[in-house]
Amino acid sequence: MSSTRALVADAIPASCVDGPGNRYVLFLQGCSFDCLACHNPQTICTRSTPSTRWASIEQILHEVVAAAPFLSGVTVSGGEATLQWRFVLELFERLREHDATRRLSRLVDSNGDADPAVWDALTPAMEGAMIDLKALDAEVHRFLTARGNERVLASLRHLDELDRLTEVRLLVVPGVNDSADQLARTAEWLLHLHTVPPVKVLAFRHAGTRGVARRLREATDDDVERAVATLAATGLVAQSCSS
Amino acid sequence: MTPDDREQIGRGVRAIVDDPTLTYRQRVQALAIAAENVLDSPKVSPECAAALEERVICDMYEGAAPYRPRYTLPDYDLALRQGSRFLELDPPRTFDDATTFLLAMYANVPSITGYPVWFGDLDRLLEPFAADLDDDELHQRLRRFWVLLDRLFPDAFAHANLGPADGRVVRAALAVHREVRQVVPNLTLRVDPAITPDDLVLDAMRTVAAVAQPHLVNHPLLVRDLGERYGVVSCYNSLPVAGGAHTLVRLNLAAAARHHTGPAARFTADTLAWYVELAAELMEARIRHLVDDAGFFDHSWLVREGLLSLDRFTAMFGVVGLAECVGHLLDLDGRPGRYGHDDHADELAHEIVRSLSMMVEDRPMPYCEATDGHALLHSQAGLESDVGVTAGTRIPVGSEPPLYRHLQTVAPNHAFFPSGVSDIVRLDDTVAHNLQAAVDIAKGSMSLGMRDVTFELAGGEFVRITGYLARRSDIAQVIDGEPDTVRHSSSTLAAGSFVHAHLDDRTAQRVRSHELDAGARR
Ligand code: SF4
Repeated sequence: MSSTRALVADAIPASCVDGPGNRYVLFLQGCSFDCLACHNPQTICTRSTPSTRWASIEQILHEVVAAAPFLSGVTVSGGEATLQWRFVLELFERLREHDATRRLSRLVDSNGDADPAVWDALTPAMEGAMIDLKALDAEVHRFLTARGNERVLASLRHLDELDRLTEVRLLVVPGVNDSADQLARTAEWLLHLHTVPPVKVLAFRHAGTRGVARRLREATDDDVERAVATLAATGLVAQSCSS
Repeated sequence: MTPDDREQIGRGVRAIVDDPTLTYRQRVQALAIAAENVLDSPKVSPECAAALEERVICDMYEGAAPYRPRYTLPDYDLALRQGSRFLELDPPRTFDDATTFLLAMYANVPSITGYPVWFGDLDRLLEPFAADLDDDELHQRLRRFWVLLDRLFPDAFAHANLGPADGRVVRAALAVHREVRQVVPNLTLRVDPAITPDDLVLDAMRTVAAVAQPHLVNHPLLVRDLGERYGVVSCYNSLPVAGGAHTLVRLNLAAAARHHTGPAARFTADTLAWYVELAAELMEARIRHLVDDAGFFDHSWLVREGLLSLDRFTAMFGVVGLAECVGHLLDLDGRPGRYGHDDHADELAHEIVRSLSMMVEDRPMPYCEATDGHALLHSQAGLESDVGVTAGTRIPVGSEPPLYRHLQTVAPNHAFFPSGVSDIVRLDDTVAHNLQAAVDIAKGSMSLGMRDVTFELAGGEFVRITGYLARRSDIAQVIDGEPDTVRHSSSTLAAGSFVHAHLDDRTAQRVRSHELDAGARR
C-alpha cells in the first residue's frame, strides 16, 4: 500500500475531450496560476475545500481498473497536475505495472508552469503532456495568468527534447491574445521545435468563470476559425477543439 | 362465419382500403394480413389461448395461418455460384451482373414483412466482382445498388451485413451509406478483434456519427453460438444462413410477473415456467402449421435450389419487459429496487435471464434441428403498440444509468440470447469529435461479453426505434397523417413506437465534455 495521497478536485471515468479516445481524467486540486479566464476557479486553491477529496493511489487505481476495458488512456489534469507530481508519477508507474491498465496511455494536461526536473521525473512513466500556452508575449501572459511564461516556454522546449510534447493548446481570448501578429509569432516559435506539436484552439467562454472574466469577450466560432486559419497558414497542424 | 364476423371483417378491410396514409404496397400487404386472419389460428390449449388473448404471450400478429417463415436467410453465396433456374439467371461474372442477380433474388424472398429481411454479407459477396473496378467505379456502382435497395425494398428491417475482414467493398459501402442517408439497408458490421482493424471500426463510427448505422456485433461470440454461417437480420436477429426462423413468439415478463403471487424467489419455478411452456406451445403450433400444413418447405423454389433448407431453421423465443418484471417482483418482496440502478435488482434480472435460457434450451421444439432441437432465446425489441413495457432486457428509456453502469448491467445478459439482444446507447454529440472514444466504448463492451453494440448520437435525424432506423422527418409526416408520402412501411411502425415508448427521452451518455461547451478549464 502506498501512503501517497493527492488532493483531488474531481475525477471523470469517461471523457472524450482530454486527449485521444475515451479517457479516465483525474483533476488534481490546486494551481500555480490565477487565470482571469479560468473556468474552474474552484480548483485553484491549493488547500482542501468542501468540494475536494483526498484520494490514495489505490483508490484512483481501483477506479481506473473498473473503467479500463472502455479506455484508451488516463489523463491527469487540474488545477495544475504537476503541483502534485510525485503522486502523478507513482500513479503512472502503478498503471504501467497493473495488468488491467498497462495498455492505457498516460498523459498529463498542464499549464506548463513546472520545473524541468519534474518532466524528467515523469518522462519514463508518461506518454506525453498536453500544454496550455496562454500567450507567447510575457505581458499578455501576465495579464491573463498573473504570472510570467518563462517556465511555460521552457517546459515546451524541454518536453520537445524529451519527445513528450503531445499537444499545445491555445485558448483564444478575443482582443487579448489572438492578434494576427501574436498568433504568427506563436506559430513561428512552435515551428522551431524539433517535433512540431499539433495545436488545439479553444474558445474562451464565460461559463464557469469568475466575475472578473466578464470583462473579457467570449470567443465566437469565427474568432476560433480565424485563429485556426492564421496558425494553419504557417504550416502548423491546428484544429479547433470542436473539429 | 356469423353475419357479425363478416361485418367486423368488412370493417377492418374497409379501414385499410380507405386509409389515405398507406401507400399502395402497404395497403396490399395489410389486405393480405386481413385475409389471412379470416382463418382460424393453429389450435392450442385453452390456457395457451387465454394467455395469448391477454397478451402475456404474443404471436407478434404474424397472422393466423403461417405460410412462410418469419425470417429467411437464403444462401446468396451459393446462388451466385450456381445461378438460379427459377430466376433464369446464370452465375454472374461482373459486378453489375452480381448486383442484378441479388436484386432479382431479393424480390423473390419471402418473409414476414413482405420484403427480404436479409441482403446477405454484401462485402463478402461482392468483393470478388470488385477486383476489376477502380475505386471510383466501385463507389458509383455500389451507390446505385444502395439506392435501389432502399427504393425497391423500402423497409428498414431489410438488413445487410459487413465485415469482419477489411476490404474495398466494406469501405465503399460505409462511404456510400454516409452519403445516401437512407434507413435501408439496416446495417451490421461484424467485429472480430483478431481480424477487424481498429481503423475499420473507426470508419464504422464515422458512419454512426453521420447516419446512426451500423450496429456492431461481436463476431467470435456469434460464431460460438451459431457457427460461421450466420446472418444478422431485421432488427438485430442473428440466425443460421440457408435457414432462418420459422416464427417468433414472445413472452411479456412484466405481465407474467403481475400474475405471480408469493416471494420473488419462487417466480421462475412457478410462474415463469408456466408461461414459458404456454409460449412454447403457441410456437410449436405455429411451426407445425408452417411446415406440415402450409408445406412451405415442400414448394419453395429457394428450398428446391438448395438456398434454404429445413434443417437450417430454428425459432425465436422472445422476451420483453425484464425491467418492469424485476421492479414488480421486488415490490412484492418489499425490497424495492430498479434494474440498472440497484445491485439486487440487477442480480435478480440476471438470474431470471439465466433461468429463461435453461428453460428454452430444455424445451424440445419441432423442426429446429439447426439449433439442437430447441428455440433460441431473443431479447425482443418491442412492438409499436407496446406501452409501459420496456423492450427486451433493456433499461427503461430515460432512466439509463451512467455509461459504464449501463453497460455492466446489461452485458451479462448477452451471453444468453443467441438469436439477438441489443441495448441502445445514445452518446452525446461531442463524441463525434473524438470517434476513437466511441471505438473504445464499443470494444470495451464486447470485451465484457456484449453481443451487439448499437450507438445513436443525440439530436440526429436518424432515430433507432427497436433495432431499425427511422428518420425524424418521416415520423413527423406519419404523425401528421400526410397521404402517400412515407415510402417505408417501417416508418409507420416507428411513429407508433416513438410516441408510445417515448424514445426521444433516451438518456444521452455524456462522454463528458466540459471544454466544448464551456471553454478551457484554464
Ligand atoms: S492554469 Fe488552468 S486551473 Fe490554473 S488558474 Fe489557469 S485556467 Fe485555472
